[in-house]
Amino acid sequence: MASGKEIRTKIKSVQNTRKITKAMEMVAASKMRKAQDRMRSARPFAEKIRRLAANLSQANVTDYKHPFLVRKDQVKRVGLILVTTDKGLCGGLNTNVQRIALNAMKDWESSGVTEIRACAIGNKGLGFMQRMGVKVVSNVTQLGDTPHLEKLIGPVKVMLDAFQNDELDAVYVAYTRFINTMKQEPVLEQLLPLTGEQLGTPESSWDYLYEPDPQVVIDELLVRYVEALVYQAVAENMASEQSARMVAMKAASDNAKNVIGELQLVYNKTRQAAITKELSEIVGGAAAV
Amino acid sequence: MAMTVHVDIVSAEEQIFSGLAEFVALPGEAGELGILPGHMPLMTRIKPGAVRVRAQNATEEELIFVAGGLLEVQPGLVTVLADTAIRGKDLDEAKALEAKRKAEETMANQTARLDYAKAQAELMEAVAQLAAIQRLRKRGH
Repeated sequence: MASGKEIRTKIKSVQNTRKITKAMEMVAASKMRKAQDRMRSARPFAEKIRRLAANLSQANVTDYKHPFLVRKDQVKRVGLILVTTDKGLCGGLNTNVQRIALNAMKDWESSGVTEIRACAIGNKGLGFMQRMGVKVVSNVTQLGDTPHLEKLIGPVKVMLDAFQNDELDAVYVAYTRFINTMKQEPVLEQLLPLTGEQLGTPESSWDYLYEPDPQVVIDELLVRYVEALVYQAVAENMASEQSARMVAMKAASDNAKNVIGELQLVYNKTRQAAITKELSEIVGGAAAV
Repeated sequence: MAMTVHVDIVSAEEQIFSGLAEFVALPGEAGELGILPGHMPLMTRIKPGAVRVRAQNATEEELIFVAGGLLEVQPGLVTVLADTAIRGKDLDEAKALEAKRKAEETMANQTARLDYAKAQAELMEAVAQLAAIQRLRKRGH
């Protein structure tokens, strides 16, 4: 049995660990609220631009069909935007989204996809893609707690350009969708070509007056639409990250508490045993004299 | 009461303005645009600049700076999709190149790190072999 001192040091160290996990839990809880607000404040834009894109895709003003809306017959080359967190200690969040990405890549390969290009948003995904040996064409890390669209424009544009130049046949995005504080779900969504279901049907359509001309406006709109989708994914991922971290840290704190309790019990027992032993030795000694 | 139109100004990051307005002025690509209730459907790009909104029953105009974006006018609804960053073909291109360069750099560094790990593994193997030889020698003596 371990000596009293050893157990005491152990208890101390577990207590210190618990202090840290408890602090991280509280930090994550406060960040989570902000991250959720941010996610919600991004929704009006996404909703507006989706409606607009739907109106435009249905409007028969021109015979111009934007490349983003054209479905390819054969999907041979795929782009994947993997959204992960920069930091760990958030439970199985990154592992789950990486697993989804991995399964998707396996499926693609077995269905005849010859080339996969990745865009990594977040440190964890970048490391994962590199370990997997997937070609990472663009990446962005250190997004901080507030996602800024500005930082995403470049990396996403690399993918969009590749799609537009016919170097990719489809682009997917994998991220963790925020459902509620306790539940986050890794999802894989097709980003390009834009599908009809995504856009939905327009409520009504008008013949717009375009300035300077329809093509330019449609181009700009669709690029922004895709960026908004990626931004939304990143914002959801961040809210998920904080929630997952809070839950993971709460579990860690609870576990630490249990461990401390058990150790305390063992400590008390050994202490009591030592005292009993000493007493019986004294009594035994006195009897011998 | 003056005629009003519903105005929404949103950026990807937040909702900036939403409500009824009597008049909106914004920097369109082809020049300053003034929009009154009943404007015909219009879609255009807007340049970086100030959007002026005179909200219903407000005496002062509200000034909102946008870094460009898109304007959509529907009957009874004006939507401004504002950019949060100044956009431009060259600027976007530069950002894309920057992102590409960073990715390539990371990939390059990665191989360097991999080699390092490999070297370390080889070193460990060599050390282990040496230790094994020494042990064998001791036993031999």
